[in-house]
Amino acid sequence: MNRNNIMATTTEQRGAKFELDPGKAPRRNVVTDIITSPMHTISLLVRNKPGVLVRVSLVFSRRGYNMESLVVSPAISVAGIDAAPGEFSRMTITCSGDPDALEQIIKQLENLIDVVHAIDHTGHSVIESELALVKLKAGLKERTEILQIAENFKAKVVDFGTDSMILRCAGETDKLDAFVGLLKSFGITELVRSGKILMARGLDET
Amino acid sequence: MTQKTTSGGEKVIQCLEREGVEVIYGYSGGAAMPLFDALVDSKIKFVLVRHEQGATHMADGYARATGKPGVVLVTSGPGATNCVTGLLTALMDSVPMIVLTGQTITSMLGKDAFQEADVTGITYPVVKHSYLVKNAADIPRVMKEAFHIATTGRPGPVLIDLPKDITQGPCNAPFVDSVKLPGYHIPGRGDAGLLKKAAALLMKSKKPVLYVGNGAVISGAGKAIMQLAEKLGAPIVNTLLGKGACPEDHPLNQGMLGMHGTAYANRTVQHCDLIMAIGARWDDRITGKLSEFCKDAVKIHIDIDVAEFNKIVRPDVAIAANAKLAIEDLIPLVSKLDTRDWLKDIAGWRKQYPLKYPKKGGLRAQYVLDRLDKLGGRDCIITTDVGQHQMWAAQFCLTTKNRHWLSSGGAGTMGFGFPSAIGAAMATGKPTWCVVGDGGFQMTLCELATAVLQKVPVKILIINNRCLGMIRQWQELFFDNRISGADLEGNPDFIKLAAAYNVPGKRVKRAGDVDKAIKWAMAHNDGPCLIEVEVVKEDNVFPMIPAGAALSAMIIEKPKEKMEKPTGST
Repeated sequence: MNRNNIMATTTEQRGAKFELDPGKAPRRNVVTDIITSPMHTISLLVRNKPGVLVRVSLVFSRRGYNMESLVVSPAISVAGIDAAPGEFSRMTITCSGDPDALEQIIKQLENLIDVVHAIDHTGHSVIESELALVKLKAGLKERTEILQIAENFKAKVVDFGTDSMILRCAGETDKLDAFVGLLKSFGITELVRSGKILMARGLDET
Repeated sequence: MTQKTTSGGEKVIQCLEREGVEVIYGYSGGAAMPLFDALVDSKIKFVLVRHEQGATHMADGYARATGKPGVVLVTSGPGATNCVTGLLTALMDSVPMIVLTGQTITSMLGKDAFQEADVTGITYPVVKHSYLVKNAADIPRVMKEAFHIATTGRPGPVLIDLPKDITQGPCNAPFVDSVKLPGYHIPGRGDAGLLKKAAALLMKSKKPVLYVGNGAVISGAGKAIMQLAEKLGAPIVNTLLGKGACPEDHPLNQGMLGMHGTAYANRTVQHCDLIMAIGARWDDRITGKLSEFCKDAVKIHIDIDVAEFNKIVRPDVAIAANAKLAIEDLIPLVSKLDTRDWLKDIAGWRKQYPLKYPKKGGLRAQYVLDRLDKLGGRDCIITTDVGQHQMWAAQFCLTTKNRHWLSSGGAGTMGFGFPSAIGAAMATGKPTWCVVGDGGFQMTLCELATAVLQKVPVKILIINNRCLGMIRQWQELFFDNRISGADLEGNPDFIKLAAAYNVPGKRVKRAGDVDKAIKWAMAHNDGPCLIEVEVVKEDNVFPMIPAGAALSAMIIEKPKEKMEKPTGST
């Protein structure tokens, strides 16, 4: 795992797969956000060493669990552990699947020597956020409408070309799903989402 | 005078010496040269095997027989990949093992160098933990951590990949005496509240059974379990790997349960009202059809690995602890139960369904193994390979001492029996019977050379039925006797083969010669010897619970009607 990789995602960005591939049945309806299989968000505190990501992902893949998104970033301080800078990283993983298997997955993750802890935050009160970059093919005609949507979602225009624009929007997953859903009709040419990050409220451990 | 600098390789070997390593099993090669060079000046004995898989099983046998970690040293690429089966075998059966692999120089990593393989990558799923050492200064820490991880908690294999420039270059790092592993937690004593809860459930039980697994062997919980069983008046059953934790000749012990377990052990489990797993993991060979398994019984699960809880069975009480400590803590919390009726039931099943086999129609493996048991097998270590002979040995050779029964359970690795016997015999000096089939023995028979060189007291007992018996049995019972890939035509003359290695051998064809041959092997004390027993080909292991079927579906003998194909995994 690279320390400089503040945010890395799997190749499979949520939404993008079915947004850009209308031939496939969507697993989630991005506008109304109906979740077809339960989504779980797991946070891990891991030792920042080569191979950690493989060990973690093997626990998922062995049971046929797919990670929907994965974010890795260096941890600055770790409660109760005398940590050197760069010694630990945090991972936030969202995945869907059978809850019984997930219980096993959490325990197997905990069993990994390089994993300090693994916590399933599903149903917990947490602060969560995600970032999306949306590239649109947009001529003069559509611009006003797009900018209106952007304003409503507090999205920022980060690139403006003659027939394209890139919007950046941050917020909870549901909000981004709705944002992307509304822009769909304008012709999204590229969509990159960071994957969800979260933090436990108060003094609870993430 | 300048002080001699220590090389990384020398540091590795010095670390092994500090860990008390006496013997290393392995095979040399280019990328491991600095390590082998360092061995020249070490007091550690190096055993050059004939194939790396053999080295891993020898280290495995060494570890199972002693509880100490077995150590393997091999080279990069194919040397390392030949260890994968041994790693899986050790991981599945929780065996402490350290595998050191040579690796190409760090600057060539990932560039398809000669004999390069991404060994840490290949082995992730079959190790408890692994290291790729890219800095010589890390050697003392990695070595300390590796031994700590391999031997504590639920033991397992740890792999250390050592690039040649790291072992060849200098290493000035000081030795390390402690480890800092914030992600590694080892349960010790069980939670007092949960132990009380377990005790209360036991006190309410009328038909309890203690289900003893490998965790009891590893933690040495046998004595405590016997004390608990006697105090409660509770029967014991053990798994294939739990054999020997509690003496199998004790009247409370019903022997092995599961697919080919004794009928009375399975009946006991089937009719109990409380089952307490002690270092056992409700394997599919044990439970059969899960929805039917101990449906109404209270379940207590003691395990050092919390990931075992709720994996197969949801216990009423789960105690994360070292099995020995948990049982010791449990003993004062319980008192005698009135289990007279329960034990009477079990005695009835013992009488009704004894282990039996046809006495006619040629020499039977069961007879040979029964004779081995009666002629002193119980005082020896017994290792087995995998298949029919393994199940018969488990049934007929009672194990009365801890760490005297060595068998590949979880992985079911053919080729395990012979090398593991070499490792066990070297570690203990005890006479070791290696019960193998004609199939499995041929997978690692090249280690005959190793056995001869090391003069190990290994008595090889080949149960030769000229086929893969368990496969043939399944095809006969479930696949309309359509035999496929099971006939071992082309077997060598095992006696001549042994002679080629200077190993004395005896062939037995008649029941009348069995005792003589076993006594001859028992008396042979000059290195390995071999007995080949020609047994009937078409024989089946019974009792049998078809894979995926309920315990009640156990068959005692070959049914008249055709059977359904089993639904279980294998």
